[in-house]
Amino acid sequence: MLGEGILRGLAETARNFAGSFVSKERMTTVEYPEERIPTMENARVFPFLVYDGADWEAGLRCVACQICEKECPPKCIYIEKSKDKKPDYVGKPQIYPARFDIDISVCMSCQICVEVCPFEAIKMDTQFELSTDDRFGGLLYDKKELARSNEYYHEIHPTEAAEVDARLAGEKLKSEAKAKAAADAAAAKAAAAAPVAKQAEAAPAVNPAETAPKAKPAGGGE
Amino acid sequence: MQEKADQIFILLRDWLVGFLPASWQTAAGVLLGVVAIIAVFPGLFALTTVLERKGIARIQNRLGPNRVGPFGILQPIADAIKSLTKEDVVPLTADHAVHFLAPVVLVIVVFMGFAVLPVGRNMQLVDMDSSLLFYFAMGASGEVSIFMAGWSSRNKYSLLGAMRAVAQMISYEVPLLLSSVVIVMITGSLSLVKIVEAQNQYTWGLPHWYIFTPWGCAAFLMYAISATAETNRSPFDLPEGESELVAGYFTEYSGFKFALFFLAEYLAMFSISGLGTTLFLGGWSAPFAFLGWVPSWIWFFSKVMMSIVVMIWVRGTLPRLRQDQLMNFAWKFVLPMTLLNLMVAALWRFMGEGWLRWVVCSAILIVAYVIAGRIGMRREHLGPRTYRYAE
Amino acid sequence: MSFMFWILAALTIAGGLAAVLLKNLVHCALAVTVAFAGLALLFLQLDAQFAGFAQILVYIGAVAILVVFAILLTRGSETPKKEIGVFSRTWLAGLVVAAALFAVLSWAVLQSAGGLSQDDAAPTVSVLQIGQALMGRYVLPLEIVALLLTAATIGAVIVAMHEKEDSK
Repeated sequence: MLGEGILRGLAETARNFAGSFVSKERMTTVEYPEERIPTMENARVFPFLVYDGADWEAGLRCVACQICEKECPPKCIYIEKSKDKKPDYVGKPQIYPARFDIDISVCMSCQICVEVCPFEAIKMDTQFELSTDDRFGGLLYDKKELARSNEYYHEIHPTEAAEVDARLAGEKLKSEAKAKAAADAAAAKAAAAAPVAKQAEAAPAVNPAETAPKAKPAGGGE
Repeated sequence: MQEKADQIFILLRDWLVGFLPASWQTAAGVLLGVVAIIAVFPGLFALTTVLERKGIARIQNRLGPNRVGPFGILQPIADAIKSLTKEDVVPLTADHAVHFLAPVVLVIVVFMGFAVLPVGRNMQLVDMDSSLLFYFAMGASGEVSIFMAGWSSRNKYSLLGAMRAVAQMISYEVPLLLSSVVIVMITGSLSLVKIVEAQNQYTWGLPHWYIFTPWGCAAFLMYAISATAETNRSPFDLPEGESELVAGYFTEYSGFKFALFFLAEYLAMFSISGLGTTLFLGGWSAPFAFLGWVPSWIWFFSKVMMSIVVMIWVRGTLPRLRQDQLMNFAWKFVLPMTLLNLMVAALWRFMGEGWLRWVVCSAILIVAYVIAGRIGMRREHLGPRTYRYAE
Repeated sequence: MSFMFWILAALTIAGGLAAVLLKNLVHCALAVTVAFAGLALLFLQLDAQFAGFAQILVYIGAVAILVVFAILLTRGSETPKKEIGVFSRTWLAGLVVAAALFAVLSWAVLQSAGGLSQDDAAPTVSVLQIGQALMGRYVLPLEIVALLLTAATIGAVIVAMHEKEDSK
């Protein structure tokens, strides 16, 4: 009959109206800024630099290799290398960035810098409420503003951070084992070099025994 | 006591006017009434804008404005400040005199319509013998100002919008008048005060409102449809649809002139709801005899607000009608039904009291509605397309 | 002649003169609307409520719209840009024709209005009496007018339909 559809439509909207007061599925509005939807784990906004430990300068993972600067499509990263070196997480002296600027008004959040970094030094942050009224320098972040601790990284991306930590710990173990093996080989070599006249025929027997364990960690540490 | 509460505004006016010398008293009384109308109805307009936005929002599963006051009640103040401080942009080639006068004329004409509505017992501003005719005369004058608005902007979208709006208003004016003529025929008077008094009687506790009669119910439905179309409200809001014609005939208006058009549209909504309440829903009379102690103006405003709520509800529900669908509906469905209703009301009057006239009149109207509905819902047989090019 | 009459008369005459003298045709149509409004107010001042409101409803609500649509649908709405000023070029001819018409009509009215004096109380004609007169004494003219209107409407529809078929 004519008009039936209209009446059914009116009933549906009335149900929507009444339901919007009582049920959550009919009133899905999240009243920002009082309430916020929790961000997902792989949300990404702008990059930040990770540091280990308590001191952000000493623990900064970045070694100023400038790969991210070269790979960044809009060229928003500016790095200046330092003149001296400081030891990194495995103890090896590395140079560090004297200046690391990211212009977040240019950054397009493509995450390429994160993908190419070999040192797990730069990761994506999830904060988006970054507006400022300083239009000339407010959106240019320097090294100090970009540095966040590894604990913060664990908070925002737990699984990623756990995986990165596990990998870095594994590499640390391998490099330590490698160093130990090298040290043992050197010690054995020194020990073997002293009674070299007496045990000239025993040296070829000892050497293959030491090269074999030396070759195995080198092959396993790839 | 209840008499006092009912007539409180009349007593207030008489007391205030009593301070003046006798020759000034009638003029001052009328002036006070005018001031009251200008204060009350725009205040209701402000409240309605918030109610509409929140109501439609809740229908659409979202919250409405809720930042400005508690639950967004003070939003109209923010809107008023915004529209007053916006720059008034008038196009260079626009007709400045007519462009300025169009919103002024529209607001004047819409306010004039409120002068004859009986808001309560003895509470109309002017009591004329042909007050219904006055109301429709004012409604018809509004169309000229809409045309003025569309023409003076020198903008083809405005002109198209104005033409469509005027065509729509004229097409729906006829069913509007014919539905009201049925009431005049049965009551025997064009005066709105007498129409309300004729409905203020009770049989077994139920009122004699005209909506409870078969011809009155049909007339009320057609009046409601025509009233929604007259005030350019959804689903008949093609002339002002934002996605259709930018903003139709008020494209070139900004700032306060736009606010005046907006005000005029909502006030027209109130006054046409007020007229519908007076004609069909008994005006200021109470629904049941035992509720007569509640002041009459409270009943009137409640009924008007109920009509507004239904208009908002319909706006949130129905999609917009296209121009040709609008016009077809008016001329091919509503107008024949109103003519049939006129004849049914005449039959009612001459059949005399009794249950037979109820059955016969209801039967005629329902059968006609079903047949017209079936004709209207027939599938159109689409033939090959023909084109008509402009010469 | 009361004060209100002079104001309304001035309004009506101003509207009429503007309709004859102005350059922009749509402005002329709006001035005619003002003249109609003035006439309606004159009727109301004479206590003829039905005539006054019917004048507004019919003339302003329908006839003025019709005139304006007719102007818009033809080329009358184009304004010549090179003319400056408010009055049209042919203002003198318009004024002469209007004055001539006014002279003829006022001669006819004055000839026939000998018996009325200004102090007679105007009879209040209610809508009921108009209705009874229309249905009683004047029913034949009413039916003829209705027939005429129906013929006009059907003629308009036929003309529009023919136009549609011609262009096929």
